Order: sequence, then structure tokens, then C-alpha cells
Amino acid sequence: MLEVKDIDVYYGAIHALKKLSITIEKGKIVTLIGANGAGKTTTLKTISGLIRPRSGSITFKNVDITRTAPEKIVAMGISQVPEGRRVFSAMTVLENLEMGAYLRRDKKEVEMDMEKVFTRFPRLKERRKQLAGTLSGGEQQMLAIGRALMAQPELLLMDEPSMGLAPLLVKEIFEIIQDINSQGTTILLVEQNAHMALSIADNAYVMETGEIVLQGTAKELMNSEEVKRAYLGG
Amino acid sequence: MLELAALTAFFMLVQYMITVGILNQYYQINLTSMCINIILAVSLNLINGFTGQLSLGHAGFMAVGAYSSVVMTQMLGQPFIIGILAACLSAALAGFVIGVPTLRLRGDYLAIATLGFGEIIRVVLQNIDYIGGPAGIVGISKLTTWTWLFAGTVVSTLVIVNLINSSYGRAIISIREDEIASEVMGINTTRYKVLAFVVGALFAGFAGALYAHYFYIIKPETFSFLKSFDVLVMVVLGGLGSTTGAVIAAVFITVLTAALQTFPAVRMILYALILIIVMIYRPQGLMGNREFSLKIFG
Ligand SMILES: Nc1ncnc2c1ncn2[C@@H]1O[C@H](COP(=O)(O)OP(=O)(O)OP(=O)(O)O)[C@@H](O)[C@H]1O
Ligand SMILES: [Mg+2]
Repeated sequence: MLEVKDIDVYYGAIHALKKLSITIEKGKIVTLIGANGAGKTTTLKTISGLIRPRSGSITFKNVDITRTAPEKIVAMGISQVPEGRRVFSAMTVLENLEMGAYLRRDKKEVEMDMEKVFTRFPRLKERRKQLAGTLSGGEQQMLAIGRALMAQPELLLMDEPSMGLAPLLVKEIFEIIQDINSQGTTILLVEQNAHMALSIADNAYVMETGEIVLQGTAKELMNSEEVKRAYLGG
Repeated sequence: MLELAALTAFFMLVQYMITVGILNQYYQINLTSMCINIILAVSLNLINGFTGQLSLGHAGFMAVGAYSSVVMTQMLGQPFIIGILAACLSAALAGFVIGVPTLRLRGDYLAIATLGFGEIIRVVLQNIDYIGGPAGIVGISKLTTWTWLFAGTVVSTLVIVNLINSSYGRAIISIREDEIASEVMGINTTRYKVLAFVVGALFAGFAGALYAHYFYIIKPETFSFLKSFDVLVMVVLGGLGSTTGAVIAAVFITVLTAALQTFPAVRMILYALILIIVMIYRPQGLMGNREFSLKIFG
């Protein structure tokens, strides 16, 4: 479904991604793990079209999207839950969700999707008139996920959705991710919480300073000595 | 409906008071300044308040509008309406030319570019003899009537409020809230920033045309950074992102300026004081981002 091939990304002189390649098959959960500053967020931003790679290519559903504008990429079916949630804090919960569907013209379906989000997150429904900035961290994360779902994505990019949440909430978020996936959305999950991420993913990539250093099925990586030592605290 | 009736009544009452001479010259001048300031504040608020882009050159766009309208009406003998259209279009064009390259970039480039623009336009005007150079243009016919002022203020405010309440407005506000998130939502942020900036510039040009055709004389100096700063004070005082606040602050500052006319230095000190007090006690401005709901404005 998504094929990232040999991309190089620079921030000025900083070589942030080095010949990075990732393949994501339809219906899977793929996780990308790695230490701070490895280039995970950069990878997601590049897929979303917010940053242009200097070389290499990205294809989505067999269409080259390497130079496609971000709004076109969203319309094609890739949406993102950005790092640090980034909800629109002076807007209500409802308005935030509407922003997620900004490019869609099918009003009826948008309303149905809104209902689906509210069924998935009853707490958001109760608070739909509340300003997003006043939600708790966990609620904001749910809103960020709901907002991304409102774009009707086929591929959902998630950047550290468990960041800063209490263990119980982390568990809940991961269950939600699995559930979204079981309903047909392919997921690329960036995580620091390697243990949880590997436990729900099909395939995994490990990144270090802009490069993929390990890849395989989640099971393989979970049992790999290197991963155990560096990311699973074992 | 009620609001429409109230506005019409207000318009007729003022018109009547002008006709029978209750509102003397002094009050009329202040009323004119008030309307022009409202247009300037509401339009700058679209850029600085709602879109979150810092523009420091609103007076520059006003100058572009003032001069182009005067060239049309005085030099080329065109009717006022053509002068106004020329003012709006030329100011919007100037906004487009400055906005497109700078608004692509994130950060404070717009502030720098607009600050520069405000100064450059002044120097350029000073050096064109056709439009009077530093002395400016004197003897402009007084075509700005109360009808023009009133209609102009209402229309400018309505257009901007409706823009804000449209889906475009949502996109514009989301950019202020979080530019990266709105990009991720599929919003072409540059396009909406340019749109807001061009509309803001257009109405500044409009205000310039109204100004020129009321006050008889325009000079490059009239549109210096101090004028831009005046408008900025109104927007900050009213509350970035509240049209109601911008209107109230514009009225307040106009009255204050009139009261302190003989002490211009005191005025600047007072401005600074007001800004400091607002920053300390009400950093969100008088209105925050709230509005009085007037149905006609919805
Ligand atoms: N806008 C930027 N300008 C310059 N350098 C940047 C920029 N954004 C990221 N970088 C650098 O690129 C590298 C990769 O950053 P990135 O945010 O992709 O890492 P990450 O894997 O997401 O880290 P984290 O786990 O901390 O979120 C880092 O060295 C970072 O300092
Ligand atoms: Mg990151």
C-alpha cells in the first residue's frame, strides 16, 4: 500500500533521513521504533508531504506521491495523528472533529463518521461543546485520533500516541489502535514504548540516527537480542 | 431584522443631525476618523488576530489605496466609485505581492516584510513628482459622505465577519491555533494565509480612499509606521481575534486621540501605558476572542 524507497531528507546541513525504505502492506500495523532524534517524526512528516525528500520516492496505492501537496495526500487517504496531539485548543471538540473532515464534501457520511467517533470515544461525545484546550491529556489524544479518523484514512500515521499518558490509558489507546486496524485501516505507528508497540504490530522497523538498522516481523524483533537490550530494558 | 432596523435608524439619525447642523464640523471629523479606524482595525484583526500573522504595515496599504483613488478621481477625472475600486484592487494586489513569497515561510518574515513595505512605500511616494512628492496632494474633493462612511464600515465588517464564520474562516483560525496540525488536516495553509492577508489589505486600501476624500490632503507622512502602530494598538487592545473588540477599541482610541489632540506626546505615552496595563491585567485584550452576537453579523 505504501512504499517508501531510499529517501534522503535534510534540514539544512543535517542529514535527517539516510536512504530510508519502509514498506507497508494493506491491513497491517507497522511500527517504527527508535530513540529520541532518530528521525521518526521526520519520516511521518515526509510521508504526509510536509517535508520534501531530496532523493528517493514514496508511492501510495501505486501512485507516486513524492512531490504531492499535503492536502492532496490527505484526500488520497493518508491522515496523521501528529506528535504531541496538537488539537486546536480554542475550538470545541466538535469543531476539532469537523476540521478533520475539512476536505470532505459528503456531508451525510461525515455525520456518520462523527457518530462512529463518538461511539468509539463516548467521553468526547459528552464533552463535544467543551474547548479542546481544557481536555485532559488522554482526552486530547483521543480527540487527535478521532480528528484523524474524520478524514476517512486508509493509512493512519500515528506519532507517539502514548506519550505522557498513564499506564492504564496507554493500554486503552493501544486497544483503540488495534480496533481501528481491525476495522480496515492500515496503521504506521511511531512509538517509544517499544514493548507495547511490538505486541500489537505485525511488522516493525528500528531506526537509529536516520537509518533503519533492523526490520522484521514484530515477533522476530521482540526476540532479537539487540532490541531487547536497547529498547525493551532486558 | 432588529439589528438591521437599529443600524438604519442610527444611520438616519446621524444623517439628520448632520443636515440640521447639530453635529458640527468637529464631531463630523471624529465620526469620520472613527469609521475609518473601525475599518482599519477590523481588517488588521483578520490578519493579526484571526490568522495569527503579524503585519506591521497596515498604513502602507492604506497609502496605496489613498493615492490610487486620488489619482483616479483628481488626475484622471473618474467618479468616486472608480477611485474606490482602484484603491481596493491596488491595495489587494500589493498585499498579494508581499504575501505570496513571505507567507510560504513560517515565522516572522511577514512582520519584517510588512515593516519594510510600509517604509518603502513612503519613500517611493515621496519621490514621485506626479503625485506631489513629499508635499503630497492637496485640494482633494470631499467625496466621502456619511453614507459612504456608514455603508463602508458596515460592509467591511460584514464581509470580514462572514469570512470568519465560513469554512474558510475555520481554516484561517486553525492556522493560528496550530499551523502544523492544520497542514496535517489537509489545509493549504499558504493559500488561506494569503487570502486573509489580501482581504485585510484590500479593506485598508478602502479606508485609505475614504480618508483621502474626506481630509482634503494626503502626504506620504500621513501613512507612516505610527499609523500602522495606532491600528495595531486597537487590535491588541480589543483582543486579537475579536471583531467586536476591534470595533470597540477603534471607537475608544479615536475618542482618546480626539481628547488629546493638543498633547500628541501624551497620547503616545498613554498608548504605551494602556498596552502595558492590558498585557499585565488582560493579555487577551478587552474581549479575548469573544464576540457580542449580532445576528446580522452571523
Ligand atoms: N525543523 C528542524 N530543523 C532542524 N533539525 C530538525 C528539525 N526537526 C528535526 N530536526 C532534527 O532531525 C533529527 C530527527 O528528528 P525527529 O523529530 O524526526 O526525531 P524523532 O525520532 O521523532 O525523535 P523523538 O522521539 O524525540 O520525537 C533530530 O536530530 C532533530 O534535531
Ligand atoms: Mg518525534
